[in-house]
This record gives sequence, structure tokens and C-alpha cells, in this order.
Amino acid sequence: MGEHTIKLPDVGEGVAEAELVEWHVEVGDQVREDMVLAAVMTDKTTVEIPSPVDGEVAWLGAEIGDTVAVGSPLIRLKTASDDVQEAPAEAAQRNNPPTAPARNVKVVPEDTRSSEPATKHDEQGAAKGEAALRPPVSSKGASRPSANGAPRAAGEKPVASPAIRLRARESGIDLKQVAGTGPAGRITHEDLNAFLSVGQSTSAPMLARETSVSDIKVVGLRRRISEKMALAKSRIPHITYVEEVDIEALEDLRNALNQAKAGNRPKLTLLPFLMRAIVNAIAKQPGFNAVYDDEAGIIHQHGGVHIGIATQTPPGLMVPVVHHAEARDIWSCATELARVTEAARDGTATREDLSGSTITITSLGAMGGIVTTPVINHPEVAIIGVNKIMVRPVWNGTQFLPRKMMNLSSSFDHRVIDGWDAAVFVQRLKTLLENPAMIFVED
Amino acid sequence: MKEISCKLLIIGAGPGGYVCAIRAGQLGVDTVIVEMAKPGGTCLNIGCIPSKALIHVANEFTYASAMAADRGHLGISVSNPKVDLAGSVAWKDGIVGRLTNGVAGLLKKAGVKIVAGRAVFRDGKTIAVKTETGDQIIHTENVVIATGSAPVEIPGLPFGKSVISSTEALSFSMVPEKLAVIGGGYIGLELGTAFAKLGAKVTVVEVLDRILPQYDAELTKPVARRLKDLGVDVMLSAKAKGLAASGDALLVETSDGKEARVETDKVLVTVGRKPVTEGWGREELVLDMDGRFIRIDEQCRTAMRGVYAIGDVTGEPMLAHRAMAQGEMVAEIVAGNNRIWDKRCIPAVCFTDPELVTVGLSPDEARAAGREVRIGQFPFSANGRAMTLGGESGFVRVVARTDNHLVLGIQAVGSGVSELSTAFSLAIEMGARLEDIAGTMHAHPTQGEGFQEAALSALGHALHN
Repeated sequence: MGEHTIKLPDVGEGVAEAELVEWHVEVGDQVREDMVLAAVMTDKTTVEIPSPVDGEVAWLGAEIGDTVAVGSPLIRLKTASDDVQEAPAEAAQRNNPPTAPARNVKVVPEDTRSSEPATKHDEQGAAKGEAALRPPVSSKGASRPSANGAPRAAGEKPVASPAIRLRARESGIDLKQVAGTGPAGRITHEDLNAFLSVGQSTSAPMLARETSVSDIKVVGLRRRISEKMALAKSRIPHITYVEEVDIEALEDLRNALNQAKAGNRPKLTLLPFLMRAIVNAIAKQPGFNAVYDDEAGIIHQHGGVHIGIATQTPPGLMVPVVHHAEARDIWSCATELARVTEAARDGTATREDLSGSTITITSLGAMGGIVTTPVINHPEVAIIGVNKIMVRPVWNGTQFLPRKMMNLSSSFDHRVIDGWDAAVFVQRLKTLLENPAMIFVED
Repeated sequence: MKEISCKLLIIGAGPGGYVCAIRAGQLGVDTVIVEMAKPGGTCLNIGCIPSKALIHVANEFTYASAMAADRGHLGISVSNPKVDLAGSVAWKDGIVGRLTNGVAGLLKKAGVKIVAGRAVFRDGKTIAVKTETGDQIIHTENVVIATGSAPVEIPGLPFGKSVISSTEALSFSMVPEKLAVIGGGYIGLELGTAFAKLGAKVTVVEVLDRILPQYDAELTKPVARRLKDLGVDVMLSAKAKGLAASGDALLVETSDGKEARVETDKVLVTVGRKPVTEGWGREELVLDMDGRFIRIDEQCRTAMRGVYAIGDVTGEPMLAHRAMAQGEMVAEIVAGNNRIWDKRCIPAVCFTDPELVTVGLSPDEARAAGREVRIGQFPFSANGRAMTLGGESGFVRVVARTDNHLVLGIQAVGSGVSELSTAFSLAIEMGARLEDIAGTMHAHPTQGEGFQEAALSALGHALHN
């Protein structure tokens, strides 16, 4: 019998470590060559680790959620051969171009799988002995744990004597809400007393207390989001500036363009106009299109405008990127916007699609609310937030007119952007959006 | 025309109506009850009570006859017992009279005004009663419709002359020589058995393929055996077609499609009962119906505000004790209490020979409801008291949940088991588990021990079986 150790391969682009998000095998499993053993997650993508040989899983080197350094042993397999070897993963990858995926890994885009391992882990964890430490949490099934006593299946009549049923009725209590501690879950007078005393103190006798706690391990994309948000909010002193924009003219133009558009052109939403307006504004204030390496004390001001689009996907918030907006016309912006956001949602976005942004737009669409306080996509220095379009009365000097109005809620890194400059930037966006022809005119 | 007003008016003084009235009176509700016949309704006058009296007469006569024929092995000699049915009926009428007078007295004691006559709705708050002394108009805040039910006729055999309902059968002046009973349900079998014991040649014609079809076959088997012993002809899958022209025979289409003549003096039709939903002005109201019944909710409210309905007119099971419980509940609701229909079971008893009791779910019903069940059964042949009473046929059966042993249903068949229904109902209403029944001392020697033994049997350790 031989042994084969598989180490975490170089998963690309100078990544030094990755988070283990999923085990596909357990100790004792027989595996075949190319069978997927595990999944790890880097900054942007999930990478599956296939088995290079046939064998039996002898040892797993990490728990789900652990961060594993590239090159550390991940799995040991018992193999039929007598050799003891280590997977030559690192050596093989070093020769590959940095952006190409490693030879023996498959790069898969982030998708809904990241939420699944978390729950799976929870169950495994409980089975492994954490159960003794925590009260068991009912994971599945229709029953809802009552405050005390056994849970009752949905639709099941509570067991109680006629006297107790009458007392409950007269006290205005639905016995379905009362846990029964008696035999077969029978509700006793004491159970009713207990329920009544709680009910009176909270003045909500019809509501049952729910004391269960579910522990959900934060792994995968959620952990990534959590870390990034904490980083952005703790490192960056945000200044948020809100201004309202009259977008009657823009909406007229947009509708006209959509009606006149040729068949193969994308339908225009508001965002491509905003993207082009941002490109124009950045031309005047290039300091807003930058990433700030605060440790090195350097602001990397980019020539190309790579606009991140905050996108809600099934597993969580992702920021796919429209690269080189400065080199795209409105139609191209729209097409690329649709492509990258769609790719992020259906899990087909590439690593490229998900990295390299220099400024970010966040929009909640029709749900956009009046004002938001966007969190900067670290290490960028500016994020532009779009709020909901609403018809509001606007005083034009002589009368109120119903106008389509929209707020822009934008945050800036106050370390490198002064409030004055932030206001000028947003006012410039306002001017452009209110006079959309200016977006398309060179000056 | 006289007019009066009240808070609660009840139409029909059957078991539902009179209980409702008494309880309302106790609670200080200004109550009027309207009854066109005697108080007590079908139950007291022409149903439960008189039939039980007649069954008792028949049983006593059977014991005496058995002794005379020396079949009872009791060592008692009796010579030539005879039954004088007119005397029996008079005894029965005496009981009925005492009870109906008793009900009238109870109503009076509770302060309820009784109006004799036929009530007809004018609208949801006004009722006209045709009394002997003229029309009486009653304005009321709340009405309870408790009009009950009546025997169903079958096409081709309308009631009249020799075709009779249970009402007439309970007032025979003499035992008919030959009696055909159409319908093998509990009413037909109770009366058919009684008349067979009193000496009639009884033929039961049932359209389905077994008697008492709403009960499971295991439970009804002792009843079928006893009918056979009594010489009752039971024609199954047979259809009554009509009377022969001569009037002395019933024409029956038998299970093989042939026509048979059943010689008979009387044809007792007991194919069911229908709610009385006509004749009291339902057309003046806007009541939702549930098939032939008045639709009610869990507080016996109809579709109209302030109009309640209880008893047989509201649906199955058409049983007096259901009506009484509904009546009591409605009275308390009208008096301002918070009440709801939350009974766990409605017991049902057949006073056949042997008697039959069902409470809660049968094994099949429990399984159909998706329950895993364990079942315990105890035969009366192993019960000392049953032996000393000379009635060893039958058993007690307990159906309980497998997971927590909560008792879901109890059935029994056997001599005198109707009295066990109280224990059965109490067990289910109280939410008893098998262990509760097994752990309760049941007095020895009683047939009730069979209940405890059935529970022990379900737990896997019956002591006497």
C-alpha cells in the first residue's frame, strides 16, 4: 500500500491561501482519478480539487472554513502502489502563466454551492460531538420547538382535558401555542399556568416564545463579504453625499432611444447613462478613479475606467466589472453591463469579470429607497449609489411641477477626497444627467 | 295577534333544543322554546327511549323463553311465558310520559317559556307560532333552529297502511307475525331484533353486502351471528322493489338479480333519517346549506347573524348527545361566554344484540389518517363477569398511536357494552395514553376489566389473555 499526499495547489494569480468551502469525500471513501475531492475558495472564485490517482481517503487536512496555505497538505490517499509520493502540484503550476488556472484544478465560478456547504457542515459538526456542547437545534421537519415540552406536528390537535380546554378558551388562549409537558404531550394545568404567567407579563398571550437558536457558520462568499465590509468600514472614513437629480430629460432620451433602437441593440436602462456620465466626470476629476493602497501610502490612479456593478446574486453580493467604460459607447456599456451582471447571477462569471474595478455603482433598482449610505468597495475611493425614481413636486419659481426625480447617494474615501471635491463630482454628475446631451458632447 | 319579545328563541324541544333552553335559562337568558308536539323530540317520544324500553321488554321475554325451554342452564323453571305487547307499550308510554313531563318541569324550573305550536320564520328576528289560541308573534335577538330529523321514505314504498316507520313500530298493539325490515342499519336491527325476540318472523333487507355497513366487519360479526341464532333472515345486496298487489308480501330484488317474495304483515322502513329543513319558513332566511343540512361553523352559527342551528338538522352523526352538547354550547355563547366546538369524540352506540360502541377512530380510520397504530383487543370470553351474565360474545378493542400511546379510538361489541361508552369517551377526551388505562384499577368482576385488558394487550402484556 502506498500513500499519496495532495497539497493545495497554486490556484492562480499569486494567491497564497484559499478557504476550504466543501469536502466531497470523507475518510474511508474510495476515490477514482479525476473525481472531485474538495472545493476551495479564493478572493473571487471557487476551485475544485480533483484526485490525481485512484485510492482511499486516509486523512483530511482541514475543516470547512479553514484557510489553507498553498502547498499545505490537504488530503492523504492510500493507493494501491507502494510509492509514497507527494502530488507535484506546485512544480507543475509554476510554469503556467499566472492568470491561467492550474493544470490539475478546475476553476469554477462562484455559485449557489457556497451556501450549501455551510449547512452541511453544521450538521456534520453537530454529529461530531458539538452536540454535547450545545442544545440540539431541530434542523428539519414541520415541528416547531415549543418553549418547553415536545414539539407538536403541524395540524395536530393539542392533547388536553375538557377542563383545560375550557379554561384556555375563557382565557383567550389558543392551546396550539401551549407546550404540553404531560404524557404524550398532554397539556396540564401547570402548563397553562406557565403560559398564562408569561403571556400576562409580555401582554401578548397569543404569541409563543421561540427560544431556539440556529448556528450558521459564515463560510465561502458570505465570509468574503463579511471581511470586505468590515475592512471597508473600519479602514475608510466614509463621507456620504446625497443630491437629487431631475431626470425628466434623461428619461425622455432613454425612451426615445429604446423606441428607435435597432433590433440587435440592448434595451437601455439608466445605468449606462450614469456610467458614461461617470466617465465624463472622471475626465475632469481623475482622482475619483483610483485604488488607494493605504499601507504603501500610494494612490493608484487609473487611466481606464473600470466600473464595478454591485449585484445581488443567489449566494450574496458580488461586484462584476464593466472594464474600460471610457472606451465604450452607451450601447456597449449596456451590453457589457447586462453580460457581467447576468454572469454573476448565474454563476458563470470569470475571474476577470469579477476583478479590477476602479469605481463602483450600487443600485437597488425600483427598491432603491430615498437615501442609502453605500460602503466603498475597498480599496477604491468612490461609490455612486442610485436611489429610486419618483415623481415629486418641484418648485420652478412660479409653480410646483411634477418631475421625475432621483437621488444619488454616494460615498467617498475622505482620506483622499475632500468634501468639496466630492460635492463638485456629484454636482457634475447631476449636471450631466439633467442635461443628457452633455454626456455625448466632447468639450 | 299577541306579540312577545325574548333574547333567545329555540325552535324544537328535542334533546338539542330543550338542553339549550335549560342552560340558557340557568344563565339568566330570557328564553322561549317552541314545540309543536311534546317536549323531548324524537329521542324521548319516538326514538331512543321508547325503542330501548321495547328492547328491554324483548330481552326479558327472551330470558324467560330461554328458561322455559331450559336453554339457559340457570336452573330456573318458567312455564309458558307470554307477551302482551299492549301492556309493554303502556309501560313504555309511562316512561316516555314521565320523561317528557320531566323535561317540561325542568324547562319551567329554568324559567323558560314554552310555546306550543308550529313556528314559522317571518324573518331572522321574528317568528310566528300557530298556537291553539291563535297566532303568536315572537321577536327575538337570537334563534336556534333545532328542528331535528324525520324518517326517510323510499320510492315505491311510501309510509302508510302496512308500510311503517320506526314511530309506528314502537306503538304496535300486538307483535306482528311477520315483519320485513328494509335497511340493515342500527335502527332497523335494533327493532328487528326486538320483534324477532318477541316472536315475529323477521326478514332484514339490506342493499349493501353487510349489515351495519358504517362499522368494521370484525365489530359487526357477533351481531350477524346473533341475528342468525334468532332466526332473522338477512338478505344482503338486496333491493326492496315494492309491495305485492295482494299487500301481504314485499317484493325484493335479490343479489343474483332475481325477484323474491317476502311474506310479511308489516314493512318497517329504516333506511335513514333526513333533516327537517322544510315547514318552518327556511325560505324567509338566507341560510347556507351543506348538502341537505344547514351549514354551521364551530360555534353552531349559520350564515345569518344571530341564527344558530343544532342537532340533526346540522348534519351527521344524527345523535341526541351531539345535539345536547351543541345546545349547551349555544346557550353559553348566547349568554356571552366564549365557547367553541372542540369535542374530541362523539360516541355512538347500537343497542343491537350484542351491543356495539364506537368512540374515536377505528383502526382503519386511524391508518387512513396517516397514523401508525398499535391495537389491543380483549375478548369477553375471557372475562369472568361476562360469563356470569351469560353473554360472552364480543370484545373490547383499543386503538393507540405507536409513538406516544395516545388512545385514538375504542370499540366494543358485547352484551351491555353501551355502559362502557362513558369510560371510553372520558379516556379520549382526557387524552389518555394506553398506560393511563392500564394503570387504572378497574373493579372486579366487571365487563369494564376488558377495557383495561385491551390496553394491556396493546402494550404487549395482557394478563388474562
